[in-house]
Amino acid sequence: MVTKHQEILAEALRIALNNQLVDLQIQFGEMTIVLSVSDIHTASFVLRDHPVLKFDTLVDLCGIDYSTYGEVLSAKHQLRNKRFAVIYHLLSVEKNQRLRVRVLAEDNELPAVDSVTDVWPAANWFEREAFDLYGIVFTEHPDLRRILTDYGFIGNPFRKDFPISGHVEMRYDEEQKRVVYQPVTIDPREITPHVIREEHYGDC
Amino acid sequence: MAEIRNYTLNFGPQHPAAHGVLRLVLELDGEVVKRADPHIGLLHRATEKLAENKTYLQSVPYMDRLDYVSMMVNEHAYVMAIERLLQIEVPIRAQYIRVMFDEITRILNHLLWIGAHALDVGAMTMFLYAFREREDLMDCYEAVSGARMHAAYYRPGGVYRDLPDNMPKYVASKIHNEKVTRARNANREGSLLDFIEDFTNRFPAYVDEYETLLTDNRIWKQRLVDIGVVSPERAKALGFTGPMLRGSGVAWDIRRKEPYEVYDLLDFDIPIGVNGDCYDRYLVRMEEFRQSNRIIKQCVDWLRKNPGPVITDNYKVAPPSRVSMKQNMEEMIHHFKLFTEGFHVPPGEVYAAVEHPKGEFGIYLVSNGANKPYRMKIRAPGFAHLAALDEMSRGHMISDVVAIIGTQDIVFGEIDR
Repeated sequence: MVTKHQEILAEALRIALNNQLVDLQIQFGEMTIVLSVSDIHTASFVLRDHPVLKFDTLVDLCGIDYSTYGEVLSAKHQLRNKRFAVIYHLLSVEKNQRLRVRVLAEDNELPAVDSVTDVWPAANWFEREAFDLYGIVFTEHPDLRRILTDYGFIGNPFRKDFPISGHVEMRYDEEQKRVVYQPVTIDPREITPHVIREEHYGDC
Repeated sequence: MAEIRNYTLNFGPQHPAAHGVLRLVLELDGEVVKRADPHIGLLHRATEKLAENKTYLQSVPYMDRLDYVSMMVNEHAYVMAIERLLQIEVPIRAQYIRVMFDEITRILNHLLWIGAHALDVGAMTMFLYAFREREDLMDCYEAVSGARMHAAYYRPGGVYRDLPDNMPKYVASKIHNEKVTRARNANREGSLLDFIEDFTNRFPAYVDEYETLLTDNRIWKQRLVDIGVVSPERAKALGFTGPMLRGSGVAWDIRRKEPYEVYDLLDFDIPIGVNGDCYDRYLVRMEEFRQSNRIIKQCVDWLRKNPGPVITDNYKVAPPSRVSMKQNMEEMIHHFKLFTEGFHVPPGEVYAAVEHPKGEFGIYLVSNGANKPYRMKIRAPGFAHLAALDEMSRGHMISDVVAIIGTQDIVFGEIDR
């Protein structure tokens, strides 16, 4: 279902971003565009300042790890073995429209994406969060520190290969009279298995 | 001449005015704030990661624990995201119930905000008054879900059950004798809707009471006027939403601009501020009390007249009734599958946002067709607001920082997630 408003927006995006626009999809009434990692910074200024687009607010920015997404879906989204992506949710208060932007990071070992803090100052903490949880490096970010995890934390907890129980646990040591860290003593367990049904399962 | 150095002060995480576990590193020149560096994450529970390891239904109670003063609105965003992916219809009565409880929650949230904010600034009475009214609303939560706070009442496809016909009542004790207890139970004799209606009739007078105490209060104005001024352009750039954005004079409210549920059928106004200071944001929220009250009244009227189902009859998503489950094999299997394996959500991604009392609360849900989310991102309004604390408090006195934290309506459940 594509509304008239979305058609106008899609047309404006195609003209304004021209060949920077890798892909444009509309699903569940929401528009998603894909940009390449080299263009995100310049394209952000266009998205913010273009008279038809006017995306003046960055509502949300988050990282995502596509490593266990499934082959069919990865092919559908043309991930081409890229593991990390950054998702931007933009809002135009003036025009009352929303847009989702997906940027796939090139390198799976050291994913890096240009920071957009100079375009939308709100990106500052959101980028720190994505850096903390996924290890995505935002180049030119003014203050890229961990934000949610503990001081001295090691690892990127939201990556799919990070166990839900973590690697270390903390307890008070009676002999040393202080709090100590030690390897976790519990095994991760899955109470309800993760199930994906084959297509047309249960149809009769 | 003596060398003058900036002084670094550690504010929190155990300070009562820090509204939870905020550690704030303040760089001061005398009493003037040069830089504020909030350290967050002390309440980080990795809700999003936990949700990836739970079925969709199992994550509903986690939503209550995000912003733990506006529980049901968090659930609302979450179930809305699932409903959009599943493309299921919610019965109209459930939509009205949701809207009514969203607005009850808005009042609950603003009551805690006004109480804590005034207490930080130095007015003790407000806190006691606000908790008096919160008690009644908590009873509504309890009547409908069994829990005073963490309700888990909204479910994908509707709400857990219909509104009850009776209210829980006080019993006589050593402190309250029979006569007093009868008086306390006077408005609890009828159904929940009667009780809510009685509350909406009383509530405007309470708001007048708060306004008498604060609006023209000299100390209150001295502490709030011209503190933490944010221009409309800056508010948008900083990602402000909700009363923080409206306080700066931007007429943006998701209930109006992207109406969800039945908000487009209801009559209410969106208050906006002029100067973008703490006082304007206070006035905006005070008016929201009255508007929420108006919405609740309309919902009560509608709900009285229109009985009907409150949850979808799609048994792949919502459980069948207990009676049919015990008589019918098919329903029994549905129930079993639903509560063991959970329902499967078709692949796709949605972002569902609601007008939370604090701003825009959004759930970005990515599904790969499994019975658990592939990725869930919670967009918490307080996160963006707290990020702007540095900018808002720079050049103000240290006591103004407390007023600014108060005006931002910070709750750490949602910021740290």
